[in-house]
Amino acid sequence: MENRPLISVEGLARRFGDSNQPAVFENIWFGVDKGEFCCLIGHSGCGKTTILNVLAGLDSPSEGAVIVDNREIDGPSLDRAVIFQGHALLPWLTVMGNIAFAVSSRWPKWDRVRVQDHARRFIELVGLKGAENKRPSQLSGGMKQRVGIARALSIQPKMLLMDEPFSALDALTRGMLQDEVLRICADTNQTVFMITHDVDEAILLADKIVLMTNGPGARIAEIVVNTMPKNERHRNDLHKHPQYYAIRNHLVEFLVNRSRAFDAEIADGGYDPRRLKLVKPGLMSVKLAAVNPPAEVVTLTTGRRQ
Amino acid sequence: MTAFKNSLGLRAGLLSLLIFVAIVAIWQIATLPTAGTGPALDPEYAKLVGNAAATGTKSSMPTPADIGATIWKHVTDPFYIRGSNDKGIGIQLAYSLGRVLLGFGLAALVAVPLGFLIGMSPLVYRALDPFIQILKPVSPLAWMPLALYTIKDSAISSIFVIFICSIWPMLINTAFGVGSVRKEWLNVARTLEVGPFRTAFKVILPAAAPTIMTGMRISVGIAWLVIVAAEMLVGGTGIGYFVWNEWNNLSIANIVTAILLIGLVGLLLDQGLAYLAKLVTYPE
Repeated sequence: MENRPLISVEGLARRFGDSNQPAVFENIWFGVDKGEFCCLIGHSGCGKTTILNVLAGLDSPSEGAVIVDNREIDGPSLDRAVIFQGHALLPWLTVMGNIAFAVSSRWPKWDRVRVQDHARRFIELVGLKGAENKRPSQLSGGMKQRVGIARALSIQPKMLLMDEPFSALDALTRGMLQDEVLRICADTNQTVFMITHDVDEAILLADKIVLMTNGPGARIAEIVVNTMPKNERHRNDLHKHPQYYAIRNHLVEFLVNRSRAFDAEIADGGYDPRRLKLVKPGLMSVKLAAVNPPAEVVTLTTGRRQ
Repeated sequence: MTAFKNSLGLRAGLLSLLIFVAIVAIWQIATLPTAGTGPALDPEYAKLVGNAAATGTKSSMPTPADIGATIWKHVTDPFYIRGSNDKGIGIQLAYSLGRVLLGFGLAALVAVPLGFLIGMSPLVYRALDPFIQILKPVSPLAWMPLALYTIKDSAISSIFVIFICSIWPMLINTAFGVGSVRKEWLNVARTLEVGPFRTAFKVILPAAAPTIMTGMRISVGIAWLVIVAAEMLVGGTGIGYFVWNEWNNLSIANIVTAILLIGLVGLLLDQGLAYLAKLVTYPE
């Protein structure tokens, strides 16, 4: 048996309606290794959420398969916890109730006290101590998403699947939660697959960024390796890191131009969806910066002329 | 003075009192005994409507004071039994209430599980929809002869009529509530590998509970409307029978008393269910 990553997406395609319809995406191949934080970036409508739903087992692909731990998935599993975009808390339950519901689903034989103790640990982990008996309606958007994160972590899954978990939050809350996720994932060595359309979020969090072209017929263009070491990624001075702008420009360039015209780009061959290019724009920039400071970036941010 | 202006409740209460006084006053004036001798009456009619009315000195319509006295009489002695046709109004109300609660309870036992099934299965929904659509608009009293013929017991027949009239709102509301549970909540249950029964009781039921309770509230209201008519038809006991009996006795005061008490009990039933609905309602 070949050596597979923890999650291996193999030849995935999804069509809605009958098989004559063009696929939303097709021939999707990529893998996520254990302990890796992987972001999927692409425009809306390219099928990002559908891919995540397939990974979660909530949707089934028209073609291809997802192999997790060397077994093809055929439905949802407690091994794959999902953090939903709209937090999806049960509004009639308290914070404790929501998390206890997940914990007692994971360990049905546990008694009440054990379930609550376990749940309390994760409530504290996301910094919601004291809010155990509040209902979701009494919480702010950021707190709700913290409960969603605690619920997903509390079942101690093999991997976390996050669907734009912070997109509905204001910038300040988003930043705080990103830091929190970064810390928790580093502590627990959690494998994460996350969808985002926020370039900075991807650079801050991800070890590997999968770039998806526009649908219909969307595909994975390439995989960007985030060469900025985990311990050098801090939200407040991310932009000062020598690799930052090169990675950022590469991603923005992809989203603005290449995601649209990718078919033309690969028209002369050399593209193999099963063996995607691993790009390291961060490392190239360090070499370039020595010769040529990133002046174009400066003109971008201070674009006003006298 | 400003406190009075600011308190809507106080002002509304005062207005209610004013309207009440006005109604009683108009009533009082309308039922004043007519002075002098009225036109000669047909002796047959005089016998029928009673002496006081026939002589023209007093209307057979009771005055507010008569009503007050009658209400007082009933309220102070609600549970007497003087023969099979003369029982206290409390007993009659209890009969009606018992029938309503029994018929309503049986309907809930059928409607909630069936509504669950309809809400969860598009197949069952489509299959049962024609039956529901045709049977729902039928006046529950139209079932009465059929019930009397098949059940051969008037008391059970009236319970059946209550059952059949309270089933529809609960059935439809349960199906709607269950069918419109947010997909993301169901997805949460799916990703947590929650079994179908636990999902039904822990996710779908609490999610649909406010809608189900609204259906129950509508049902109990309709049941309370229908029981009066059903008991008028069936006779024997109950507040509907009491009203009809007092019409035969031409005791308007008793009828008015019954109307007020029917309204009061209906209000209590509605408020009781509204309270229960509040317990299961969740803010989003």
